[in-house]
Amino acid sequence: MSEKIRLINEDGLRVDGRRPRDLRSIKMEVGVLSNADGSAYIEQGRNKILAAVYGPREVHPRHLALPDRALLRCRYHMAPFSVEERKSPAPSRREIELSKVIKEALEPAIFLEKFPRTSIDIFIEVLQADGGTRCAGTTVAALALADAGIPMRDLVVACAAGKVDGVLVLDLNDIEDKEGEADVPVAYMPNLGLISLLQMDGSLTIEEFNQALNLAIEGCKQIYNLQREALRARYVTIKEDVEECLR
Amino acid sequence: MSSIMVSRIRQKQIAQMVASGKRLDGRGLNDYRPIKVETGIIEKAEGSSRVLLGKTEVVVGVKVEIGEPFPDRPNEGVFTVNSEFVPLASPEFEAGPPSEESIELARVVDRGIRESKAIDLEKLCLIPGRKVYVIFIDIYVLNHDGNLIDASSLAALAALLNTKIPVYIVEENEVKKTNNYIPLPIRNYPISITLANISDKLIVDPWLEEEEAMSARLTITFDNDGRISAIQKGGTGALTPQQIIEAAYIAKEKAEELRKMVVKN
Amino acid sequence: MFFFENRQVVTPGDLLAEGDYIAGNNTYKEGSKIYASRLGLVEYGEKVVQVVALNTFYIPSVGDQVIGKIEDVNINGWVVNINSPYKATLRASEALNKPYRQQKDDLTRFLDVGDLIFAKIIAFDRTIDPVLTIKEPGLGKITQGQIVKVSPAKIPRIIGRKASMINMLKRETECKITVGQNGIILISGPSPEHERLAIMAIEKIAQEAHTSGLTDRITEMIRKEKGARNERKDQVNK
Repeated sequence: MSEKIRLINEDGLRVDGRRPRDLRSIKMEVGVLSNADGSAYIEQGRNKILAAVYGPREVHPRHLALPDRALLRCRYHMAPFSVEERKSPAPSRREIELSKVIKEALEPAIFLEKFPRTSIDIFIEVLQADGGTRCAGTTVAALALADAGIPMRDLVVACAAGKVDGVLVLDLNDIEDKEGEADVPVAYMPNLGLISLLQMDGSLTIEEFNQALNLAIEGCKQIYNLQREALRARYVTIKEDVEECLR
Repeated sequence: MSSIMVSRIRQKQIAQMVASGKRLDGRGLNDYRPIKVETGIIEKAEGSSRVLLGKTEVVVGVKVEIGEPFPDRPNEGVFTVNSEFVPLASPEFEAGPPSEESIELARVVDRGIRESKAIDLEKLCLIPGRKVYVIFIDIYVLNHDGNLIDASSLAALAALLNTKIPVYIVEENEVKKTNNYIPLPIRNYPISITLANISDKLIVDPWLEEEEAMSARLTITFDNDGRISAIQKGGTGALTPQQIIEAAYIAKEKAEELRKMVVKN
Repeated sequence: MFFFENRQVVTPGDLLAEGDYIAGNNTYKEGSKIYASRLGLVEYGEKVVQVVALNTFYIPSVGDQVIGKIEDVNINGWVVNINSPYKATLRASEALNKPYRQQKDDLTRFLDVGDLIFAKIIAFDRTIDPVLTIKEPGLGKITQGQIVKVSPAKIPRIIGRKASMINMLKRETECKITVGQNGIILISGPSPEHERLAIMAIEKIAQEAHTSGLTDRITEMIRKEKGARNERKDQVNK
């Protein structure tokens, strides 16, 4: 690998044909697993991620229960077949860090104080990964929480922005993340205007970082509309059932 | 990162003081605790340092070995950062596999060094594709009194600057160790600055009780040229975009101050 | 001022209203703004803004009557699953009419793991798990019938305004229907077919709880189904 890949071509297009500020194509569905209290599925570009929520429920082991609020636990995990080179099923240090960071992204949105001595467990399984999985994982986990009927202050939506070949871009895929100059994943609560996940790796001036942050927030707002649609679609499917029966 | 439970009254006190621009230990919102940096304290390590940040104490040891490079980077040396929250450092630390906080800390410090290209990895290649220097950076937290990330990051940089690597010569496609040592090639000096959000105000270098009272923390790592190499938001709260940018400007200034304690030129 | 139309679908975080209103079910207030906290249909009242949630779970309330399943027996009583994040306790003293002698009485003779009970919540707060009693009239061990589970948010719809829906169901299906506030409903009828009819009707109500004209539609559905069944019976008898 001695040749540096061109991430932006002469027409200003990215490796997958997108323009710098284009999101990848996104598909979301809510209520996909029958056993979980809440569930959702997302496809973003070639990312395929499933999220499930169990809870509020009894805490196991008991001694972890908090007296004044629900215990929020989150497990971000990648399937062994989700990446080019098979990944061992054992949680890697990266998965442990991301589990923590995603949990901290969702926590400010949930009314945990309403359910003392219970636990709310979030499971995020990445079935196929192509960059930006922590963002898509946060977005789909928020849908699963809403599906479970867990009261929230706001939805949480996430998107990354960054710099590749000197250009500010939105929603980096795997190659852009690995070969680009910077990646800034952001999780946002759109109605409250607050950021609950923020990381950066690469090299940016404060000004460039500011631009990336604003671009990521713009991306979040677009994805938020899709989240709302996916949740409202739960009602539409029920309405369709009703209409079926009336025939 | 919760340690000893801070009473509600205390948390309220801290919040009230911060809201009026002061802190319980008399510091200003933008002041670090007294910092002490010592280097070369572990002779058997190729590099070492000890940092005291207030009462937080971190020791970093650097060990150097020879190993294989990564297949996609055959001309570069390798480094890895590990952190141990040693049980004696806090009643909250238990022996066993690293906690998520410990892993996060190691990865944040790693990011700062890696993205700023602090270690000149290309100078650590002996036989491309086969033999390179492998640098082990081990962070040992000895006393937890808040802001482990900044203390560890500072100690890691100090230890790297203190590190001497043995000179190897390449003979007939094998490497041979000589008795000479040269300094580890360092070309950037990343500094992490952590701020905490309490009562909607930003304070720099939260100590243990302030960490209990804070809703969120933001760590920003700046390199020598004033560019950001890493950012990590932590904690269960949230920040406004304005707070984040304000924090970045404060952190840039503090990074320049802290760098002077470690880089003597 | 209102930001949605009545009965529109809202999602958590949606700004529903601003002004001097009261934050009702599944909403929360910040300053003078009322936001939705659950996915559901917004309902604007005179003073109260609330959301009829699509999915909720049961949080116990003192005084509620619930249907539970015995999960464990211990020295003092039983642990009961009441379809809630919290497990409930039924002490022997709240179940037996005569004094309980720890050494001599075997609790499993009264209620064993797997038994269903119709109980009342006599205590619950943020520090203790719910405590039940079955000593009041109408409460006790359930010996026959079938169970159907719905989201607790649907219970008010199943009961209906002034019990109109539940009374219609009882009448049309000829079943005894006991409704637990925890989303569990017991149906006991003259035959399994009657019970299945009631279960079908209840599940349908739960699915369509947010639509209008439901009582009439369900009545019609039950009658159609009864008609169809009678036809099938006649055919078999020929």
